[in-house]
Amino acid sequence: MIYLTRRVEFSASHYYHSPEFSDEENRRIFGKCNNPHGHGHNYVLEVTVKGEIDSKSGFVMDLKQLKDIMNREVVEALDHRNLNKEVPEFAEQIPTSENIAIAIWNRLTPNLRLAQLHRVRLYETADLFVDFYGEA
Amino acid sequence: MKAHLTRRYRFSASHRLHNEAMSAEENAAVYGKCNNPYGHGHNYIVEVTVSGQVDPRTGMICNLVNLDKFVKQEIVQRYDDGNLNTLEEFQKLVPTTENLCVEIFDRLQKGFHSAKVEKVRIEETMMNSFEYAGGRELVR
Repeated sequence: MIYLTRRVEFSASHYYHSPEFSDEENRRIFGKCNNPHGHGHNYVLEVTVKGEIDSKSGFVMDLKQLKDIMNREVVEALDHRNLNKEVPEFAEQIPTSENIAIAIWNRLTPNLRLAQLHRVRLYETADLFVDFYGEA
Repeated sequence: MKAHLTRRYRFSASHRLHNEAMSAEENAAVYGKCNNPYGHGHNYIVEVTVSGQVDPRTGMICNLVNLDKFVKQEIVQRYDDGNLNTLEEFQKLVPTTENLCVEIFDRLQKGFHSAKVEKVRIEETMMNSFEYAGGRELVR
């Protein structure tokens, strides 16, 4: 088993608000992130896939293919977007880094055939990141 | 859905590596420059990893404000701009970054209950780092 990681960057805005909570609760739980005008991040996404090395190509998977899938499924959908308003997953869900990492996993996994998705790591800032391994 | 969240914190502290159980020559041989009786310091970076189910209402494993508050009060304030050798936990324990890693993990596990404490990773310098997961093997 060998692991391959590819990194990509995208910038997006979001805000945290749950209709299940009152305005006061939303402010208390989400603090500054509850500002209705939103705020943004330069997200850094690291996608790790795993598999066996193909004896002919010497690849675990074609890096170009992984790059294309990441660009199509993630960057085109999320880059320079308002996550709350423009990304269907976040019509109902709060676009926290936890939920964004899960959404990215769900977008990538049906597109991978030879290699298997191992980890989605999403940096919200250089000092804060979330890892999702597809665990229930 | 279970996810892992990692947050980085910083503090600066001085220390001296010296073990009373060894002779002066042995200490000098084992610890080299780190045995300098006047001590030296580092800008430590501490990475705390916690895990848990993502709460469907908040979209979070735990509220970051609570984690930040705990780590700042119990860890950063304790170690920042101080001399590790003067602290209670390092009276009988050499303040290597290995021991510091275990100490910080134990403090987190004992006092922070909003999520599972998975791992503490400390960068002593840009060139070396230490990880401790409560004695468990690192699987990830």
